[in-house]
Amino acid sequence: MSLFTDIAHLLAAGMLILSFLLLYQDRITATLNVFAAQAIALGLAVAWQAQLQDAPHLFVTAAIALVVKGGIIPMALHRIVRRLEIHREIEQVIGGGPVMLVGLGLVALSIMLVFPVAGSVDPLAREDLAFALAVILLGLLMMITRRNAVTQIIGFMSLENGLVLAATGAKGMPLVVEFSVAFSILIAFIVFGVFVFRIRERFDTVDVGALDRFRGDRGDDS
Amino acid sequence: MALILDLLGQAVQMLLVVAVAPLLLGVTRKVKARLMRRRGPPLLQPYSDLGKLLHKEAVLATNASWLYRTAPYVIFAATWVAAALVPTYATGLLFSWSADLIAIVALIGTGRFALALAGMDVGTSFGGIGSSREMLIASLAEPVMLLVVFTVALLAGTTQLSTIAAQMIDAPVGLRVSLALALFAFVFVAIAENGRIPIDNPATHLELTMVHEAMVLEYSGRHLAMIEAAAAVRLVLYFSLLACLFFPFGMATENQSLAALALGLATYLVKILAFAVLLPIGETLVAKMRVFRYPVFLGGAFAAAALAVFLQFVSRGF
Repeated sequence: MSLFTDIAHLLAAGMLILSFLLLYQDRITATLNVFAAQAIALGLAVAWQAQLQDAPHLFVTAAIALVVKGGIIPMALHRIVRRLEIHREIEQVIGGGPVMLVGLGLVALSIMLVFPVAGSVDPLAREDLAFALAVILLGLLMMITRRNAVTQIIGFMSLENGLVLAATGAKGMPLVVEFSVAFSILIAFIVFGVFVFRIRERFDTVDVGALDRFRGDRGDDS
Repeated sequence: MALILDLLGQAVQMLLVVAVAPLLLGVTRKVKARLMRRRGPPLLQPYSDLGKLLHKEAVLATNASWLYRTAPYVIFAATWVAAALVPTYATGLLFSWSADLIAIVALIGTGRFALALAGMDVGTSFGGIGSSREMLIASLAEPVMLLVVFTVALLAGTTQLSTIAAQMIDAPVGLRVSLALALFAFVFVAIAENGRIPIDNPATHLELTMVHEAMVLEYSGRHLAMIEAAAAVRLVLYFSLLACLFFPFGMATENQSLAALALGLATYLVKILAFAVLLPIGETLVAKMRVFRYPVFLGGAFAAAALAVFLQFVSRGF
Protein backbone atom coordinates (compact mmCIF):
# COMPACT_ATOMS: atom_id res chain seq x y z
CA MET A 1 0.00 0.00 0.00
CA SER A 2 1.22 3.47 -0.78
CA LEU A 3 1.20 6.33 1.68
CA PHE A 4 -1.72 7.96 -0.16
CA THR A 5 -4.09 5.07 0.38
CA ASP A 6 -2.71 4.65 3.89
CA ILE A 7 -3.81 8.16 4.80
CA ALA A 8 -7.24 7.62 3.25
CA HIS A 9 -7.50 4.40 5.24
CA LEU A 10 -6.44 6.24 8.40
CA LEU A 11 -9.06 8.96 8.02
CA ALA A 12 -11.93 6.61 7.17
CA ALA A 13 -11.04 4.22 9.98
CA GLY A 14 -10.70 7.21 12.30
CA MET A 15 -14.33 8.11 11.53
CA LEU A 16 -15.40 4.58 12.43
CA ILE A 17 -13.49 4.72 15.73
CA LEU A 18 -15.06 8.09 16.55
CA SER A 19 -18.46 6.51 15.90
CA PHE A 20 -17.62 3.95 18.56
CA LEU A 21 -16.52 6.70 20.92
CA LEU A 22 -19.92 8.34 20.36
CA LEU A 23 -21.61 5.12 21.41
CA TYR A 24 -19.31 4.79 24.44
CA GLN A 25 -19.59 8.37 25.67
CA ASP A 26 -22.28 9.18 28.20
CA ARG A 27 -21.65 12.86 28.91
CA ILE A 28 -23.51 15.22 26.63
CA THR A 29 -20.83 17.86 26.11
CA ALA A 30 -18.20 15.20 25.46
CA THR A 31 -20.54 13.58 22.94
CA LEU A 32 -20.82 16.91 21.13
CA ASN A 33 -17.04 17.25 21.03
CA VAL A 34 -16.61 13.73 19.65
CA PHE A 35 -19.20 14.52 17.00
CA ALA A 36 -17.29 17.65 16.01
CA ALA A 37 -14.11 15.58 15.78
CA GLN A 38 -15.87 13.07 13.55
CA ALA A 39 -17.09 15.82 11.24
CA ILE A 40 -13.55 17.18 11.01
CA ALA A 41 -12.24 13.71 10.21
CA LEU A 42 -14.94 13.48 7.52
CA GLY A 43 -13.87 16.83 6.08
CA LEU A 44 -10.25 15.73 5.92
CA ALA A 45 -11.19 12.37 4.41
CA VAL A 46 -13.26 14.06 1.69
CA ALA A 47 -10.52 16.59 0.99
CA TRP A 48 -8.01 13.74 0.65
CA GLN A 49 -10.38 11.94 -1.74
CA ALA A 50 -10.70 15.14 -3.76
CA GLN A 51 -6.93 15.23 -4.02
CA LEU A 52 -6.72 11.55 -4.98
CA GLN A 53 -9.58 11.61 -7.51
CA ASP A 54 -8.58 15.02 -8.83
CA ALA A 55 -12.15 16.24 -8.32
CA PRO A 56 -12.16 19.89 -7.21
CA HIS A 57 -15.88 19.98 -6.46
CA LEU A 58 -15.27 17.56 -3.60
CA PHE A 59 -13.33 20.32 -1.88
CA VAL A 60 -16.65 22.15 -1.55
CA THR A 61 -18.10 19.09 0.17
CA ALA A 62 -15.09 18.98 2.47
CA ALA A 63 -15.49 22.66 3.30
CA ILE A 64 -19.18 22.14 4.09
CA ALA A 65 -18.32 19.24 6.39
CA LEU A 66 -15.56 21.15 8.15
CA VAL A 67 -17.36 24.46 8.62
CA VAL A 68 -20.99 23.47 9.06
CA LYS A 69 -20.73 20.09 10.75
CA GLY A 70 -17.39 20.53 12.47
CA GLY A 71 -18.05 24.08 13.63
CA ILE A 72 -21.52 25.59 13.42
CA ILE A 73 -23.74 22.63 14.35
CA PRO A 74 -21.68 21.53 17.38
CA MET A 75 -21.53 25.13 18.60
CA ALA A 76 -25.29 25.52 18.18
CA LEU A 77 -25.86 22.25 20.02
CA HIS A 78 -23.54 23.39 22.82
CA ARG A 79 -25.68 26.53 23.15
CA ILE A 80 -28.90 24.53 23.16
CA VAL A 81 -27.52 22.19 25.80
CA ARG A 82 -26.47 25.12 27.97
CA ARG A 83 -29.84 26.82 27.61
CA LEU A 84 -31.60 23.59 28.54
CA GLU A 85 -29.19 23.29 31.48
CA ILE A 86 -28.40 19.66 30.77
CA HIS A 87 -24.69 20.15 30.02
CA ARG A 88 -23.66 18.41 33.24
CA GLU A 89 -26.01 15.52 32.81
CA ILE A 90 -24.77 11.94 32.56
CA GLU A 91 -27.06 10.02 30.32
CA GLN A 92 -28.28 6.56 31.13
CA VAL A 93 -27.18 4.66 28.08
CA ILE A 94 -29.40 1.66 27.56
CA GLY A 95 -27.33 -1.48 27.69
CA GLY A 96 -23.81 -0.06 27.74
CA GLY A 97 -21.66 -3.17 27.28
CA PRO A 98 -24.16 -5.05 25.10
CA VAL A 99 -24.51 -1.95 22.88
CA MET A 100 -20.77 -2.06 22.20
CA LEU A 101 -21.05 -5.73 21.28
CA VAL A 102 -23.99 -5.01 18.97
CA GLY A 103 -21.91 -2.20 17.44
CA LEU A 104 -19.03 -4.60 16.80
CA GLY A 105 -21.48 -7.02 15.23
CA LEU A 106 -22.76 -4.26 12.95
CA VAL A 107 -19.22 -3.44 11.83
CA ALA A 108 -18.60 -7.11 11.04
CA LEU A 109 -21.93 -7.25 9.22
CA SER A 110 -21.16 -4.25 7.04
CA ILE A 111 -17.73 -5.62 6.13
CA MET A 112 -19.24 -9.00 5.24
CA LEU A 113 -21.96 -7.28 3.20
CA VAL A 114 -19.80 -4.89 1.23
CA PHE A 115 -16.90 -7.16 0.38
CA PRO A 116 -18.69 -9.79 -1.71
CA VAL A 117 -20.90 -7.18 -3.43
CA ALA A 118 -18.18 -4.71 -4.33
CA GLY A 119 -15.61 -7.33 -5.17
CA SER A 120 -14.42 -5.84 -8.44
CA VAL A 121 -14.01 -2.15 -7.57
CA ASP A 122 -10.70 -0.86 -6.34
CA PRO A 123 -9.81 -1.78 -2.76
CA LEU A 124 -9.81 1.77 -1.44
CA ALA A 125 -13.40 2.50 -2.53
CA ARG A 126 -14.45 -0.88 -1.19
CA GLU A 127 -12.88 -0.12 2.17
CA ASP A 128 -14.50 3.31 2.29
CA LEU A 129 -17.86 1.77 1.50
CA ALA A 130 -17.53 -0.79 4.27
CA PHE A 131 -16.54 1.86 6.82
CA ALA A 132 -19.31 4.19 5.64
CA LEU A 133 -21.95 1.51 6.00
CA ALA A 134 -20.63 0.75 9.49
CA VAL A 135 -20.78 4.45 10.45
CA ILE A 136 -24.37 4.65 9.17
CA LEU A 137 -25.44 1.59 11.13
CA LEU A 138 -23.70 2.82 14.28
CA GLY A 139 -25.49 6.16 13.93
CA LEU A 140 -28.79 4.29 13.72
CA LEU A 141 -27.82 2.24 16.76
CA MET A 142 -27.05 5.42 18.67
CA MET A 143 -30.45 6.87 17.79
CA ILE A 144 -32.14 3.72 19.08
CA THR A 145 -30.23 3.41 22.33
CA ARG A 146 -30.29 7.02 23.53
CA ARG A 147 -33.18 8.55 25.42
CA ASN A 148 -32.06 12.15 25.29
CA ALA A 149 -33.33 14.08 22.27
CA VAL A 150 -30.04 15.98 21.82
CA THR A 151 -27.91 12.83 21.64
CA GLN A 152 -30.45 11.34 19.25
CA ILE A 153 -29.84 14.32 16.97
CA ILE A 154 -26.12 13.60 17.18
CA GLY A 155 -26.76 10.00 16.20
CA PHE A 156 -28.69 11.22 13.17
CA MET A 157 -25.94 13.65 12.18
CA SER A 158 -23.23 11.00 12.47
CA LEU A 159 -25.38 8.75 10.29
CA GLU A 160 -25.31 11.52 7.70
CA ASN A 161 -21.52 11.70 8.02
CA GLY A 162 -21.45 8.07 6.97
CA LEU A 163 -23.63 8.84 3.96
CA VAL A 164 -21.25 11.56 2.77
CA LEU A 165 -18.27 9.26 3.24
CA ALA A 166 -19.96 6.58 1.13
CA ALA A 167 -20.86 9.10 -1.56
CA THR A 168 -17.35 10.51 -1.89
CA GLY A 169 -15.69 7.11 -1.85
CA ALA A 170 -17.53 6.26 -5.06
CA LYS A 171 -16.31 8.36 -7.94
CA GLY A 172 -18.36 11.08 -9.54
CA MET A 173 -21.01 12.29 -7.14
CA PRO A 174 -22.51 15.48 -8.59
CA LEU A 175 -22.31 18.61 -6.48
CA VAL A 176 -26.07 19.13 -6.66
CA VAL A 177 -26.65 15.96 -4.68
CA GLU A 178 -24.20 17.06 -2.04
CA PHE A 179 -25.84 20.48 -1.75
CA SER A 180 -29.30 19.03 -1.41
CA VAL A 181 -28.11 16.56 1.24
CA ALA A 182 -26.43 19.34 3.20
CA PHE A 183 -29.52 21.50 2.88
CA SER A 184 -31.86 18.76 4.05
CA ILE A 185 -29.58 18.14 7.02
CA LEU A 186 -29.80 21.81 7.91
CA ILE A 187 -33.60 21.69 7.71
CA ALA A 188 -33.64 18.53 9.81
CA PHE A 189 -31.40 20.23 12.34
CA ILE A 190 -33.76 23.22 12.63
CA VAL A 191 -36.77 20.91 12.96
CA PHE A 192 -34.98 18.93 15.65
CA GLY A 193 -34.05 22.12 17.47
CA VAL A 194 -37.65 23.30 17.56
CA PHE A 195 -38.74 19.81 18.54
CA VAL A 196 -36.32 19.69 21.49
CA PHE A 197 -37.57 22.99 22.88
CA ARG A 198 -41.19 21.92 22.44
CA ILE A 199 -40.67 18.67 24.36
CA ARG A 200 -38.87 20.63 27.01
CA GLU A 201 -41.75 23.11 27.30
CA ARG A 202 -44.34 20.40 27.63
CA PHE A 203 -42.64 17.82 29.83
CA ASP A 204 -39.83 19.69 31.61
CA THR A 205 -37.29 17.19 30.26
CA VAL A 206 -35.66 16.22 27.00
CA ASP A 207 -35.83 12.55 27.89
CA VAL A 208 -38.00 11.12 25.13
CA GLY A 209 -39.06 8.34 27.48
CA ALA A 210 -41.54 10.89 28.82
CA LEU A 211 -43.37 10.78 25.48
CA ASP A 212 -44.25 7.13 26.02
CA ARG A 213 -46.99 7.99 28.45
CA PHE A 214 -48.84 9.87 25.74
CA ARG A 215 -48.90 7.15 23.15
CA GLY A 216 -52.45 6.47 22.14
CA ASP A 217 -52.24 2.85 21.07
CA ARG A 218 -50.91 1.46 24.33
CA GLY A 219 -53.84 0.44 26.48
CA ASP A 220 -53.24 -0.16 30.15
CA ASP A 221 -54.74 -3.64 29.97
CA SER A 222 -52.40 -4.96 27.30
CA MET B 1 31.73 -22.21 20.45
CA ALA B 2 28.70 -20.89 18.59
CA LEU B 3 26.44 -22.80 20.94
CA ILE B 4 28.17 -21.30 23.96
CA LEU B 5 27.72 -17.80 22.53
CA ASP B 6 24.05 -18.53 21.84
CA LEU B 7 23.57 -19.76 25.38
CA LEU B 8 25.35 -16.68 26.65
CA GLY B 9 23.04 -14.40 24.67
CA GLN B 10 19.99 -16.11 26.08
CA ALA B 11 21.41 -16.08 29.60
CA VAL B 12 22.06 -12.35 29.39
CA GLN B 13 18.42 -11.79 28.49
CA MET B 14 17.15 -14.08 31.28
CA LEU B 15 19.25 -12.34 33.92
CA LEU B 16 18.61 -8.89 32.50
CA VAL B 17 14.83 -9.03 32.97
CA VAL B 18 15.18 -10.08 36.62
CA ALA B 19 18.04 -7.73 37.42
CA VAL B 20 16.34 -4.67 35.98
CA ALA B 21 12.86 -5.38 37.40
CA PRO B 22 13.25 -3.89 40.93
CA LEU B 23 15.00 -0.85 39.47
CA LEU B 24 12.02 -0.16 37.20
CA LEU B 25 9.71 -0.43 40.18
CA GLY B 26 11.97 2.03 41.98
CA VAL B 27 11.80 4.44 39.04
CA THR B 28 7.98 4.35 38.89
CA ARG B 29 7.73 4.94 42.64
CA LYS B 30 10.24 7.78 42.52
CA VAL B 31 8.50 9.53 39.63
CA LYS B 32 5.13 9.14 41.30
CA ALA B 33 6.43 10.53 44.58
CA ARG B 34 8.01 13.46 42.78
CA LEU B 35 4.73 14.23 41.00
CA MET B 36 3.08 14.37 44.41
CA ARG B 37 5.84 16.71 45.63
CA ARG B 38 7.29 14.10 47.93
CA ARG B 39 10.91 13.04 47.97
CA GLY B 40 10.16 9.33 47.57
CA PRO B 41 12.30 6.30 48.44
CA PRO B 42 15.72 5.90 46.77
CA LEU B 43 15.79 4.21 43.36
CA LEU B 44 17.40 1.06 44.73
CA GLN B 45 14.93 0.66 47.60
CA PRO B 46 13.09 -2.33 45.99
CA TYR B 47 16.38 -4.32 46.00
CA SER B 48 16.83 -3.68 49.71
CA ASP B 49 13.19 -4.59 50.34
CA LEU B 50 13.60 -7.91 48.55
CA GLY B 51 16.87 -8.61 50.38
CA LYS B 52 15.24 -7.90 53.71
CA LEU B 53 12.27 -10.13 52.94
CA LEU B 54 14.56 -12.98 51.88
CA HIS B 55 16.35 -12.90 55.24
CA LYS B 56 13.22 -12.84 57.31
CA GLU B 57 11.39 -15.83 58.68
CA ALA B 58 8.35 -16.93 56.72
CA VAL B 59 5.29 -17.13 58.95
CA LEU B 60 2.68 -19.66 57.90
CA ALA B 61 -0.94 -19.86 58.93
CA THR B 62 -1.75 -23.07 60.79
CA ASN B 63 -4.17 -24.26 58.11
CA ALA B 64 -1.93 -23.39 55.16
CA SER B 65 -1.45 -26.32 52.76
CA TRP B 66 1.42 -27.22 50.44
CA LEU B 67 -0.30 -25.11 47.80
CA TYR B 68 0.24 -22.02 49.86
CA ARG B 69 3.96 -22.74 50.17
CA THR B 70 4.64 -23.67 46.54
CA ALA B 71 2.46 -21.06 44.84
CA PRO B 72 4.98 -18.17 45.20
CA TYR B 73 7.65 -20.19 43.39
CA VAL B 74 5.24 -21.25 40.65
CA ILE B 75 4.16 -17.65 40.14
CA PHE B 76 7.72 -16.38 39.99
CA ALA B 77 8.87 -19.18 37.67
CA ALA B 78 5.98 -18.72 35.21
CA THR B 79 6.46 -14.98 35.09
CA TRP B 80 10.21 -15.24 34.72
CA VAL B 81 10.03 -17.74 31.88
CA ALA B 82 7.51 -15.55 30.07
CA ALA B 83 9.65 -12.45 30.54
CA ALA B 84 12.81 -14.25 29.47
CA LEU B 85 11.18 -15.42 26.22
CA VAL B 86 10.14 -11.99 24.96
CA PRO B 87 12.91 -10.65 22.71
CA THR B 88 14.41 -7.63 24.40
CA TYR B 89 17.66 -6.57 22.76
CA ALA B 90 18.01 -9.06 19.90
CA THR B 91 15.82 -11.36 17.84
CA GLY B 92 16.70 -14.94 17.03
CA LEU B 93 18.10 -15.90 20.41
CA LEU B 94 18.54 -19.59 21.23
CA PHE B 95 15.08 -20.14 22.70
CA SER B 96 13.25 -17.68 20.47
CA TRP B 97 11.49 -20.52 18.62
CA SER B 98 9.45 -21.07 21.78
CA ALA B 99 8.69 -17.36 22.28
CA ASP B 100 5.18 -17.66 20.96
CA LEU B 101 2.71 -14.94 21.89
CA ILE B 102 -0.01 -17.40 22.79
CA ALA B 103 2.40 -19.39 24.95
CA ILE B 104 3.31 -16.20 26.79
CA VAL B 105 -0.37 -15.39 27.39
CA ALA B 106 -0.76 -18.95 28.75
CA LEU B 107 2.26 -18.54 31.06
CA ILE B 108 0.87 -15.30 32.44
CA GLY B 109 -2.45 -17.09 32.95
CA THR B 110 -0.73 -19.93 34.84
CA GLY B 111 0.90 -17.50 37.24
CA ARG B 112 -2.38 -15.74 37.81
CA PHE B 113 -4.17 -19.05 38.44
CA ALA B 114 -1.61 -20.04 41.09
CA LEU B 115 -1.91 -16.63 42.75
CA ALA B 116 -5.71 -16.84 42.92
CA LEU B 117 -5.53 -20.34 44.42
CA ALA B 118 -3.00 -19.20 47.00
CA GLY B 119 -5.20 -16.26 47.91
CA MET B 120 -8.05 -18.62 48.74
CA ASP B 121 -5.97 -21.30 50.45
CA VAL B 122 -5.80 -19.91 53.97
CA GLY B 123 -9.50 -19.14 53.97
CA THR B 124 -9.50 -15.50 55.04
CA SER B 125 -12.24 -13.36 53.57
CA PHE B 126 -9.83 -10.79 52.14
CA GLY B 127 -7.98 -13.44 50.14
CA GLY B 128 -11.27 -14.70 48.73
CA ILE B 129 -12.37 -11.21 47.69
CA GLY B 130 -9.00 -10.56 46.08
CA SER B 131 -9.05 -13.85 44.17
CA SER B 132 -12.57 -13.34 42.92
CA ARG B 133 -11.76 -9.83 41.70
CA GLU B 134 -8.52 -10.99 40.09
CA MET B 135 -10.46 -13.61 38.16
CA LEU B 136 -13.08 -11.02 37.14
CA ILE B 137 -10.33 -8.82 35.74
CA ALA B 138 -8.59 -11.76 34.11
CA SER B 139 -11.75 -13.00 32.42
CA LEU B 140 -12.18 -9.55 30.89
CA ALA B 141 -8.54 -8.87 30.08
CA GLU B 142 -7.53 -12.18 28.56
CA PRO B 143 -9.88 -12.04 25.53
CA VAL B 144 -8.59 -8.53 24.82
CA MET B 145 -5.01 -9.75 25.00
CA LEU B 146 -5.78 -12.59 22.58
CA LEU B 147 -7.44 -10.18 20.15
CA VAL B 148 -4.33 -8.00 20.27
CA VAL B 149 -2.29 -11.13 19.54
CA PHE B 150 -4.52 -11.91 16.55
CA THR B 151 -4.15 -8.40 15.18
CA VAL B 152 -0.39 -8.56 15.25
CA ALA B 153 -0.38 -12.14 13.99
CA LEU B 154 -2.59 -11.21 11.02
CA LEU B 155 -0.17 -8.45 10.12
CA ALA B 156 3.00 -10.50 10.49
CA GLY B 157 1.61 -13.91 9.54
CA THR B 158 3.00 -15.57 12.66
CA THR B 159 2.62 -15.51 16.43
CA GLN B 160 6.32 -15.90 17.04
CA LEU B 161 7.60 -12.77 18.72
CA SER B 162 11.08 -12.89 17.29
CA THR B 163 9.80 -13.11 13.72
CA ILE B 164 7.19 -10.41 14.31
CA ALA B 165 9.79 -7.99 15.66
CA ALA B 166 12.19 -8.73 12.80
CA GLN B 167 9.44 -8.18 10.23
CA MET B 168 8.35 -4.92 11.80
CA ILE B 169 11.90 -3.62 11.68
CA ASP B 170 12.75 -4.80 8.18
CA ALA B 171 9.47 -3.99 6.42
CA PRO B 172 7.85 -0.86 7.89
CA VAL B 173 4.09 -1.34 7.75
CA GLY B 174 3.19 2.32 7.34
CA LEU B 175 0.23 4.04 8.94
CA ARG B 176 -1.93 1.37 10.50
CA VAL B 177 -5.05 2.28 12.42
CA SER B 178 -5.39 -1.30 13.58
CA LEU B 179 -1.96 -1.22 15.21
CA ALA B 180 -2.82 2.00 17.02
CA LEU B 181 -6.03 0.40 18.29
CA ALA B 182 -4.16 -2.73 19.33
CA LEU B 183 -1.62 -0.57 21.18
CA PHE B 184 -4.43 1.22 22.99
CA ALA B 185 -6.07 -2.08 23.98
CA PHE B 186 -2.71 -3.54 25.03
CA VAL B 187 -1.97 -0.59 27.33
CA PHE B 188 -5.37 -1.02 28.99
CA VAL B 189 -4.73 -4.73 29.51
CA ALA B 190 -1.25 -4.07 30.88
CA ILE B 191 -2.65 -1.57 33.38
CA ALA B 192 -5.29 -4.06 34.50
CA GLU B 193 -2.91 -7.03 34.70
CA ASN B 194 -0.26 -5.17 36.64
CA GLY B 195 -2.77 -3.82 39.11
CA ARG B 196 -1.99 -0.17 38.46
CA ILE B 197 -4.34 2.80 38.93
CA PRO B 198 -7.22 3.07 37.83
CA ILE B 199 -7.83 -0.68 38.31
CA ASP B 200 -5.86 -1.35 41.48
CA ASN B 201 -3.55 0.67 43.67
CA PRO B 202 -0.18 -1.07 44.16
CA ALA B 203 0.85 1.21 47.02
CA THR B 204 -1.75 0.39 49.65
CA HIS B 205 -2.97 -2.38 51.93
CA LEU B 206 -5.74 -0.26 53.31
CA GLU B 207 -8.31 -0.03 50.59
CA LEU B 208 -11.45 -2.10 50.40
CA THR B 209 -11.10 -2.14 46.62
CA MET B 210 -7.62 -3.66 46.62
CA VAL B 211 -7.09 -6.70 44.45
CA HIS B 212 -3.48 -7.86 44.36
CA GLU B 213 -2.63 -6.84 47.92
CA ALA B 214 -5.73 -8.62 49.24
CA MET B 215 -4.53 -11.93 47.82
CA VAL B 216 -1.01 -11.71 49.27
CA LEU B 217 -2.00 -10.24 52.61
CA GLU B 218 -1.06 -13.42 54.54
CA TYR B 219 2.35 -13.90 52.94
CA SER B 220 5.63 -13.03 54.63
CA GLY B 221 9.35 -13.66 54.40
CA ARG B 222 10.78 -15.41 51.35
CA HIS B 223 7.32 -16.22 50.00
CA LEU B 224 6.40 -12.56 49.92
CA ALA B 225 9.78 -11.79 48.34
CA MET B 226 8.99 -14.24 45.52
CA ILE B 227 5.57 -12.70 44.94
CA GLU B 228 6.90 -9.14 44.99
CA ALA B 229 9.70 -10.09 42.60
CA ALA B 230 7.16 -11.78 40.32
CA ALA B 231 5.08 -8.60 40.28
CA ALA B 232 8.15 -6.57 39.34
CA VAL B 233 9.13 -9.04 36.61
CA ARG B 234 5.56 -8.96 35.26
CA LEU B 235 5.89 -5.21 34.81
CA VAL B 236 9.13 -5.77 32.88
CA LEU B 237 7.37 -8.48 30.84
CA TYR B 238 4.62 -6.10 29.74
CA PHE B 239 7.12 -3.32 29.04
CA SER B 240 9.22 -5.73 26.93
CA LEU B 241 6.12 -6.91 25.04
CA LEU B 242 5.15 -3.30 24.37
CA ALA B 243 8.65 -2.51 23.14
CA CYS B 244 8.88 -5.70 21.07
CA LEU B 245 5.47 -5.49 19.38
CA PHE B 246 4.97 -1.79 18.85
CA PHE B 247 8.37 -0.09 19.15
CA PRO B 248 10.90 -2.69 17.96
CA PHE B 249 13.40 -0.22 16.50
CA GLY B 250 17.01 -0.63 17.54
CA MET B 251 16.81 -4.37 18.11
CA ALA B 252 19.64 -6.45 16.66
CA THR B 253 18.18 -8.68 13.92
CA GLU B 254 20.37 -10.01 11.11
CA ASN B 255 23.51 -8.32 12.23
CA GLN B 256 24.46 -9.99 15.52
CA SER B 257 27.79 -8.22 15.97
CA LEU B 258 28.80 -6.96 19.35
CA ALA B 259 28.13 -3.33 18.40
CA ALA B 260 24.60 -4.14 17.18
CA LEU B 261 23.89 -6.09 20.35
CA ALA B 262 25.13 -3.23 22.51
CA LEU B 263 22.96 -0.80 20.56
CA GLY B 264 19.97 -3.12 21.01
CA LEU B 265 20.63 -3.35 24.72
CA ALA B 266 20.94 0.42 25.09
CA THR B 267 17.74 1.17 23.14
CA TYR B 268 15.88 -1.50 25.12
CA LEU B 269 16.93 0.05 28.42
CA VAL B 270 15.98 3.52 27.21
CA LYS B 271 12.59 2.25 26.03
CA ILE B 272 11.65 0.52 29.28
CA LEU B 273 12.90 3.46 31.32
CA ALA B 274 10.69 5.75 29.23
CA PHE B 275 7.69 3.47 29.88
CA ALA B 276 8.55 3.41 33.61
CA VAL B 277 8.42 7.21 33.63
CA LEU B 278 5.24 7.45 31.54
CA LEU B 279 3.30 4.93 33.66
CA PRO B 280 3.28 6.93 36.92
CA ILE B 281 2.51 10.14 34.99
CA GLY B 282 -0.57 8.45 33.55
CA GLU B 283 -1.45 7.06 36.97
CA THR B 284 -1.29 10.48 38.57
CA LEU B 285 -3.69 11.89 36.00
CA VAL B 286 -6.57 9.50 36.70
CA ALA B 287 -8.50 8.45 39.78
CA LYS B 288 -9.01 4.92 41.06
CA MET B 289 -12.08 3.30 39.59
CA ARG B 290 -14.96 1.56 41.34
CA VAL B 291 -14.93 -2.23 40.99
CA PHE B 292 -18.21 -2.11 39.08
CA ARG B 293 -16.61 0.11 36.46
CA TYR B 294 -13.97 -2.49 35.51
CA PRO B 295 -16.15 -4.10 32.82
CA VAL B 296 -16.68 -0.68 31.21
CA PHE B 297 -12.94 0.06 31.23
CA LEU B 298 -11.94 -3.31 29.81
CA GLY B 299 -15.02 -3.37 27.54
CA GLY B 300 -13.63 -0.29 25.83
CA ALA B 301 -10.35 -2.12 25.38
CA PHE B 302 -12.20 -5.14 23.99
CA ALA B 303 -14.06 -2.97 21.47
CA ALA B 304 -10.80 -1.40 20.37
CA ALA B 305 -9.05 -4.75 19.97
CA ALA B 306 -11.98 -6.28 18.07
CA LEU B 307 -12.09 -3.24 15.76
CA ALA B 308 -8.37 -3.68 15.19
CA VAL B 309 -8.92 -7.25 14.02
CA PHE B 310 -11.78 -6.15 11.73
CA LEU B 311 -9.72 -3.35 10.22
CA GLN B 312 -6.91 -5.80 9.64
CA PHE B 313 -9.31 -7.98 7.68
CA VAL B 314 -10.55 -5.01 5.65
CA SER B 315 -7.12 -3.81 4.64
CA ARG B 316 -6.01 -7.33 3.77
CA GLY B 317 -9.09 -7.69 1.61
CA PHE B 318 -9.68 -11.24 2.85
